[in-house]
Amino acid sequence: MIKKFDKKDEESGSGSNPFQHLEKSAVLQEARLFNETPINPRKCLHILTKIIYLLNQGEHFGTTEATEAFFAMTRLFQSNDQTLRRMCYLTIKEMANISEDVIIVTSSLTKDMTGKEDVYRGPAIRALCRITDTTMLQAIERYMKQAIVDKVPSVSSSALVSSLHMVKMSFDVVKRWVNEAQEAASSDNIMVQYHALGLLYHLRKNDRLAVTKMLNKFTKSGLKSPFAYCMMIRIASKLLEETEAGHDSPMFDFIESCLRNKHEMVVYEAASAIVHMPNCTARELAPAVSVLQLFCSSPKAALRYAAVRTLNKVAMKHPSAVTACNLDLENLITDSNRSIATLAITTLLKTGSESSVDRLMKQISSFVSEISDEFKVVVVQAISALCQKYPRKHSVMMSFLSNMLRDDGGFEYKRAIVDCIISIIEENPESKETGLAHLCEFIEDCEHTVLATKILHMLGKEGPRTPTPSKYIRFIFNRVVLESEAVRAAAVSALAKFGAQNDDLLPSVLVLMQRCMMDSDDEVRDRATFYMNVLQQKQKALNAAYIFNGLSVSVPGLEKTLHQYTLEPSEKPFDMKTVPLATAPITEQKTEIAPVATSKLPERLAPSRQDIYQEQLAAIPEFQGLGPLFKSSEPVQLTEAETEYVVRCIKHTFANHMIFQFDCTNTLNDQLLQRVQVQMEPSESYEVLHNVPAPNLPYSQPNSCYSLVRLPEDDPTAVSCTFSCTMKYLVRDCDPNTGDPEDDGYDDEYVLEDLEVTVADHIQKVLKPNFGAAWEEIGDELEKEETFALATVRTLDEAVNNIISFLGMQPCERSDKVPENKNSHVLFLAGVFRGGHDVLVRARLALADGVTMQVTVRSTDENVVDVILASVG
Amino acid sequence: MDSAAVEPSLYTVKAVFILDNDGNRLLSKYYDPELYPSMKEQKNFETNIFNKTHKADNEISFLEGMTIVYKSSIDLFFYVVGSAQENELMLMAVLNCLFESLSQMLRKNVEKRTLLDNMDGVFLVVDEIIDGGVILESDPQQVIEKVNYRADDNPLSEQSVAQHITEKLALTSNVLQSAKEQIKWSILK
Repeated sequence: MIKKFDKKDEESGSGSNPFQHLEKSAVLQEARLFNETPINPRKCLHILTKIIYLLNQGEHFGTTEATEAFFAMTRLFQSNDQTLRRMCYLTIKEMANISEDVIIVTSSLTKDMTGKEDVYRGPAIRALCRITDTTMLQAIERYMKQAIVDKVPSVSSSALVSSLHMVKMSFDVVKRWVNEAQEAASSDNIMVQYHALGLLYHLRKNDRLAVTKMLNKFTKSGLKSPFAYCMMIRIASKLLEETEAGHDSPMFDFIESCLRNKHEMVVYEAASAIVHMPNCTARELAPAVSVLQLFCSSPKAALRYAAVRTLNKVAMKHPSAVTACNLDLENLITDSNRSIATLAITTLLKTGSESSVDRLMKQISSFVSEISDEFKVVVVQAISALCQKYPRKHSVMMSFLSNMLRDDGGFEYKRAIVDCIISIIEENPESKETGLAHLCEFIEDCEHTVLATKILHMLGKEGPRTPTPSKYIRFIFNRVVLESEAVRAAAVSALAKFGAQNDDLLPSVLVLMQRCMMDSDDEVRDRATFYMNVLQQKQKALNAAYIFNGLSVSVPGLEKTLHQYTLEPSEKPFDMKTVPLATAPITEQKTEIAPVATSKLPERLAPSRQDIYQEQLAAIPEFQGLGPLFKSSEPVQLTEAETEYVVRCIKHTFANHMIFQFDCTNTLNDQLLQRVQVQMEPSESYEVLHNVPAPNLPYSQPNSCYSLVRLPEDDPTAVSCTFSCTMKYLVRDCDPNTGDPEDDGYDDEYVLEDLEVTVADHIQKVLKPNFGAAWEEIGDELEKEETFALATVRTLDEAVNNIISFLGMQPCERSDKVPENKNSHVLFLAGVFRGGHDVLVRARLALADGVTMQVTVRSTDENVVDVILASVG
Repeated sequence: MDSAAVEPSLYTVKAVFILDNDGNRLLSKYYDPELYPSMKEQKNFETNIFNKTHKADNEISFLEGMTIVYKSSIDLFFYVVGSAQENELMLMAVLNCLFESLSQMLRKNVEKRTLLDNMDGVFLVVDEIIDGGVILESDPQQVIEKVNYRADDNPLSEQSVAQHITEKLALTSNVLQSAKEQIKWSILK
């Protein structure tokens, strides 16, 4: 047995670990040695080391045992062994949170901090501040002030850094030490300078003027510490961003001058600051890029990495600025650090010409298996960007992506590839078939349910419209046989779409559906039965409503209304129209393709903005019985920025009413506003029913007041209206220092800008994945058509954007993107009008001198058709 | 990560740790309470980092959204972790300072056994270089002066070296012996 242990020790090499088999209880037992007199420093030191080691390994100490050990340890302050004393400080810091009554060492620490031994003073300050709370801070304030300006650098640094830690806890006390910190900033020691600067900034960061002054002072006097310079560059670039100062400001000059600093750290910080500035021109970038270029050939890996990573960022916005570095980047492709090589290649992919793409792709595929997932994602993102730039290269990319898809990799990586392929398919109709084929192959052996369902959905959407839809059926049905419930259900839905769109496939799809109805899972069976019955009807309208363009309601809203319905049993059937609609997801343009960025936040299903509003409004008694919230607009500013009061309005539309929510902010610190409300004067026959004032509006705390307006019932076409708005309130002046308001106030008012209600406020965006089917579903009974000439519009793009923002409807079938070099275009828009009427618009646009537009509107309600046409005209 | 400027702050270092050549933690400090708050997450993170870095001596890497600079010496691995936006060279300065200080303190014997024998000194060195995530000192000379640690009170004298070697040799022959035994048994089976 003993022999076996020996062997094990030997196996772990020369470094067998003396701490390996430590037992907490044994160590605590040993800690009794602390109480022996005289103290044996060597033994005690060893025991303290063991305790700290155990804590570091994550051993859990109970409060009682920790407190016991802590109190025993305090006796060791009697020894004058330096290392032992220092280890005591460490123990105090480590145990500050787990032991009770740690403050009993305060006096010992205060003694050390003010004593003669310089070696003790710094660490004692840091330990003391670790255990000090707000109430005790006052007691040591005097010592802290002295320590900050102490001549010994380690004492001063320790005091400054500890003060910085305590800013979070008691800002007001630490703020009083500003003068001392100021004095420390002019110290000769570079670390003291750095720490003083950091503390000063943290104390003043809310006062832009003070920060500017401080910066001016230090840029003139010049600091020695490279760390301090880095800090100053960061402060300066933050100020530049906040003040939106131009690049002729002294702040920018300072940053640029740092490009010539003798420390690489400072030079890099400055270059990176310039690169990250918003709206930086190529001329300003040039010096930064050229220092980064020099760094590319540095022998230090960290520097090369830093340089190429920053260049990669530049390449995203200003590829031309980086072209000069192409040669240096080429050299980095073979760098032994694969992270550097990957970044170099992806940068080159952005800056290089179309002809170099093939070569780079070949190079990258030679080592893609060696790099970490994070960087693989970077590669995929670079490819995705490349596809948008050079659509003709999609075949190279596609084969490369499919190879990557076959390799091993984590979920994030696979998802990036699948997303990339899907976006290529959507952008390039020619690549659709190859792309779908690769995806089909991938789902044959895909362990990620999310990706499999996503791809099946994609197949269902795109597959039926390809020339040979039948070849996808096999892949989809394989899923039904082999996969988990979620994937099987998705496969059933995809199958149904094939059956609905391709008449010749319908009989075979029905057979497959029949088999799915035997599935062991409820959801899969339900779906199969449902689709089976819908398909057997062979009606286009049914197919459109139930297979192509599913429900467009918000899921939390549906849940809530259903719950409500079950609470109040009634004879009436449940009406889908009472459910609030889902706000169509705003398709984000992936402009920001961040390199090596993997957000660690888990994706949560957050309630939509509208669901939050619905909840808030329902809580106000005056607004009961208005029905579900139909639409909430984006906030509209009713004041200029930087005025005394800032007011913005959100328009909430209900079936027959509108609520205007005014978010008010008071920016005057010497006033308290009360009973704040906004008086609205409508231009049309709108009727203001209620004003709900905000009771209090103190300085810089936003509050909301509301107005309820009834929409005219007799004239359903009156959709637009202008309101002139005035804010009325009671002012009570306040003492700006204490914030106490005076007893009596006076009434006042403030004129706001006019508020417009337009047709867009009455229409909710709804995405119809299959516009053609929806168009047929509504039918042409209530169709109206009219032609308009848009004289002022010069391009088709402009016309499309104008129409979309004016009507506030959802563009479908990617018709919001006008292909280049075309002079005619068809725009499809879908939405739901207030009251739950579907409305579809088809706008044919032709470009001649101006733009001619033929608008066709279909809806389930005649009034709606009229409203749309009237408002376009 | 977008281009938005980082909030200027002295809190540069997110974590620092020293692992042995099996990836076991010898020392580790996490300075950002939001980053891996539990011991399990921390050890998991360390294992991940170790697995991806111990094979190639690459000095710098980007993992789990963090910039990581590292260095190895015989059977030890030193890591300094900072946010994605952090100045890589600042992290490098911390790593170099840590390594140089330990190297001086341990008289160039930067290996696991010596490190563990002087663990108290190692704790003190780390404490002098970083305080709560703020770089306290970056000059190894200063760190050594401040820690003022007498590495191993009885440094290896000639005699003890010889003794050490004989011990080692004895052990090795022991191992060889047992290996032979094992092979013999396995053949017999």
